[in-house]
Amino acid sequence: MLEHYLNLAVKAVFVENMALAFFLGMCSFLAVSRKVSTSVGLGVAVTVVLAITVPLNNLILHNLLVKGALSWLHPELAEVDLSFLSFLTFIATIAAVVQVVEMALDRYLPALYNALGVFLPLIAVNCAILGACLFMMERNYNMTESVVYGIGSGIGWLLAIAGLAAIREKLKFHNIPSGLRGLGISFIITGLMAIAFMAFAGIQL
Amino acid sequence: MSLKLKDIFLDPLIKNNPISVQVLGICSALAVTTRMSTALVMSIALTLVTALSSFTISLIRNHIPSSVRIIVQLTIIASLVIIADQILKATVYDLSKQLSVFVGLIITNCIVMGRAEAFAMQRGPVESLVDGISNGLGYSMFLMSVAFIRELLGSGQVFGTTVLPTVNNGGWYVPNGLMVLAPGAFFAIGFIIWGLRTWKPELKEQD
Repeated sequence: MLEHYLNLAVKAVFVENMALAFFLGMCSFLAVSRKVSTSVGLGVAVTVVLAITVPLNNLILHNLLVKGALSWLHPELAEVDLSFLSFLTFIATIAAVVQVVEMALDRYLPALYNALGVFLPLIAVNCAILGACLFMMERNYNMTESVVYGIGSGIGWLLAIAGLAAIREKLKFHNIPSGLRGLGISFIITGLMAIAFMAFAGIQL
Repeated sequence: MSLKLKDIFLDPLIKNNPISVQVLGICSALAVTTRMSTALVMSIALTLVTALSSFTISLIRNHIPSSVRIIVQLTIIASLVIIADQILKATVYDLSKQLSVFVGLIITNCIVMGRAEAFAMQRGPVESLVDGISNGLGYSMFLMSVAFIRELLGSGQVFGTTVLPTVNNGGWYVPNGLMVLAPGAFFAIGFIIWGLRTWKPELKEQD
């Protein structure tokens, strides 16, 4: 049983890396990867939000939205299938959780709150979060699997953005063709990193 | 007035292209470009959602309190995406299965939010509609060119019809498997941006 969860975690971190295999969270991935310190901060915040929202959305999906989920309210509601509302519910949950995380950080960890600054509210529209929630729905993960998947995919995203930021810091001292500087070379480096991560494909524990 | 609408329409196509210049909305763009048919469906869905959301938000822009505007915008966009997703499921079920979660990810596509926040909150409904359509078209152009490169080099096909007969089917072309995989998309976009910036040097970023 433990093996199953370990396998899922390794898959979420390496094999199906959010950023490098599914291109999720690309906007902030490219915009915030100029410095290692800020990118690690953003990566940690994304991991925290993922670890809360994926299980929470799983709870909402299975207790409110899927067919028959509302039967605890009234037997007549057992036929109601609200799963088409999942996009709307998921994004609302994510926005609310980001708000709560923001308030909690402000109260208890002001140093981290100030360091993350403007990136915190932006997490609400980070595709990696909604993407993970939608993958959770598509693959029918249960509660424990969602926790593992949420944390794992967050760590995978963190690894990818920290790696790209570390490479981009070194790039400042290199002579790159002028048209390729900035965005162009970042894409090519991300491509090379994606090839490196493809080496993990097929790992089974 | 008509000239201004023309400017609003032409500007996002090349000069201010949402993907290659403003770097918005790449998230969902890369994953759907292995085949041109999926890219086309995605482009149409995104163009419609951007146009209609800009139009709707612009209609009610004077009634939205600015403290809750993000939530209001997200609700409108999410409702439109639900409609688009249901229509896709009803009409082209196979393609919508291939697009899997990426239709839903239009909600968090930065282009839609960006146009709503930067344009539709200040302008009238007609201008916002035109702006939404043209930004959607700018996105579609970029998406289709990436998909064209990847499908042609990766499997020797365009829209599923064989152009370069591959070795496996008795032809001469050895398909480049890398283009179908994730890294191929990054390389294709990197090189397209390089080409664009060499062609139009004013697009380079300052750093």
